Amino acid sequence: MTTTLSEFESKQLLREAGVPVPDDRLVDTADAAVKAAEAIGLPVALKLCGRHIAHKTERNLVRLGLASADRVRSQAEELLAARGPDEGDARLLVSPMVSGRREVIAGLVRDPQFGPCVMLGIGGIFAEALADVAFAVAPLEPHDADELMDSLQYRQLLGEFRGEPAVDRTALRNVLEGLAKLGVERPDIRSIDVNPLIIDRGRPVAVDALVELEETSA
Amino acid sequence: MSDRVERFRPLFYPRGVVVTGVSQHPGKFGTVTFHNLLRFGYEGEIFPINRDGIESLGHGTYRSVEEIPHGRADLVFLCTPAKVNPDLLRACAKIGVRAAFVASAGYGEAGAEGARLQNELVALADELGIVLAGPNGQGLISTSVSMCAQIVAPYPPPGSISMVSQSGNIGSSYMNYGVLTQVGYSKGISCGNSAQLAIADYLAYYAEDPDTAVSLAYLEGVEDGRGFLDVARAHTRQKPLVVLRGGVTDSGKAAASSHTGAMASNDQIFRGVCRQAGITRAENVEDAYEAAATFATQPLPRGRRTLLFTVAGGWGVLTSDACVSAGLELIPLPDDLCKAIDKLVPARWSRGNPIDLAGGETRDTIPEVLELAAAHPDVDSIIYLGIGIQAAQGQVFKSGGFYPEYGLDRIADFHYRQDERYAKAAAEVSQRHGKPVLVASDLVYTDRQYGNPGPLAVRDTGRICYPSGHRAVRALSHLVRYAEYRDKRSSGAN
Repeated sequence: MTTTLSEFESKQLLREAGVPVPDDRLVDTADAAVKAAEAIGLPVALKLCGRHIAHKTERNLVRLGLASADRVRSQAEELLAARGPDEGDARLLVSPMVSGRREVIAGLVRDPQFGPCVMLGIGGIFAEALADVAFAVAPLEPHDADELMDSLQYRQLLGEFRGEPAVDRTALRNVLEGLAKLGVERPDIRSIDVNPLIIDRGRPVAVDALVELEETSA
Repeated sequence: MSDRVERFRPLFYPRGVVVTGVSQHPGKFGTVTFHNLLRFGYEGEIFPINRDGIESLGHGTYRSVEEIPHGRADLVFLCTPAKVNPDLLRACAKIGVRAAFVASAGYGEAGAEGARLQNELVALADELGIVLAGPNGQGLISTSVSMCAQIVAPYPPPGSISMVSQSGNIGSSYMNYGVLTQVGYSKGISCGNSAQLAIADYLAYYAEDPDTAVSLAYLEGVEDGRGFLDVARAHTRQKPLVVLRGGVTDSGKAAASSHTGAMASNDQIFRGVCRQAGITRAENVEDAYEAAATFATQPLPRGRRTLLFTVAGGWGVLTSDACVSAGLELIPLPDDLCKAIDKLVPARWSRGNPIDLAGGETRDTIPEVLELAAAHPDVDSIIYLGIGIQAAQGQVFKSGGFYPEYGLDRIADFHYRQDERYAKAAAEVSQRHGKPVLVASDLVYTDRQYGNPGPLAVRDTGRICYPSGHRAVRALSHLVRYAEYRDKRSSGAN
């Protein structure tokens, strides 16, 4: 049996492992969402967040680019009302808008033969069609993370791109090595999806994440 | 000598071999193996076992293992039914045998009962201190002792490739290429069900074995992935490891509930393993063999800077394309090299890379250009295209009705000698300057049919004549990638 952490919990875990995540706030009411949005600075993104919430985009539970207090309030009310019968514990996640034209995906999976493996791939709307991903078995040795980046077919997307600086390779290396470390040190983690990891002025930021845990029978 | 080298010694360097199941029937595995040991001149003693003591291939046999004097045999080749093997193994241990190759089937590949027998056999071998290869394998070869202990034919010439294959017939294919090209093997084994010894165990041994320069493996599954990765990493720090993997289209992603999991095909993960461990991953049998044979016979390149030298225009163009797709760097022809060649041939030559002399060469030009190119500090590797073209015309002269009149005898002999010189020059400049010089020609396919001396002379230098520019490029790119992997890791830089 597996259980999934909420987006907020997933990102906390990733932050501790060295993965840059946005300064998110978890709140319960539309009023609190407005306060949080003003503290973060408009515009913000608003999402429904809970352990049972999956397929947020497909269910329209992500509202992006909310630029006024009124918009935040109305969208927060809508989202709270959209909770399903077993989603009563879901809360509101208020996040700064992260901008960048490039997205990558990263993750962790357990292979039956090789154990924990880190993934890096090209993200965005064409991610599945391109299927440009590469894996490395954890733990990563020196050069492994860099060679993982260089083994992507469309690796030039990690370089300077349409006026945006090249991806900060040290930051991306830290993401990959952080995921690998979690894979080695936390055998209870079954998988991690960091999707998307937006490249914001060269810096990768984990805008959404999902950690799946192996439910240990006590 | 390390414990591992000592452990494998009775398997690959036995003083004597016991063969069970030998009879008068030439189709039985025991008889075939006995024949092959004799046929290829195994240097140790052979002890054929036949229950009734009847002669086989004109040789007397032993009725039982107990009749064999103690301490004369190190290896037993078992091709008897699974049920009698435990007793044979015990008897062999008593006369000092320390290794077994089990060709018999009916083990792990044959359901639950077979798996039980296999576990029992391994437990028994462990208890007796016997190193056990197989079961369900085709056999093994070791050219240092001229040993062909196999139930199938190929016995390649001696060399420095060592091979392990999970499939008997892919192992045979690897060795058939050795027979064809004469770039040979130190050891080869069909490891069957890998009951006691896994692929990784053989590779760990080959990494330490002084007679092995490069390992060549075929595998389908890996039981202990972590162990394999560690062994492969340690191996490639010492010497190259070429792997062909079958069954990669089987995607082991049944339990994929995450995006990452859905992308994690068996092949994707293995690609990562090869990159991390510096494994040279081949796409097919010829790619795997040619990579291994190139590692075994050419120096490692210092970089990607590649020079093409062709006497055939179209081949130069296609091979240039292949270099670019393979990530080799087709350098602009260095000025000083260009000026040096200007002095040797008429002005119509290409004056670029590929170097194409456009028929302007005289007697000594090709060896001279090869020397100039290999000596140049900006050149890391050379691919030389089109050997045998002159000799092919020589052959046509020799086989026609005008020969030997009209001066055809002299020109045909000249063509033959020239191509032979070119092959020698390619190998000599390669050795002198420590750079790969790969020779490619489609005429390799005609060498047996017509006796084309160009490709044959390449073979006489102990190297492969690649059947196309693409295959030479592919082999060279394997060398380049491995050299880069080694450089990066030995420089100590993170």
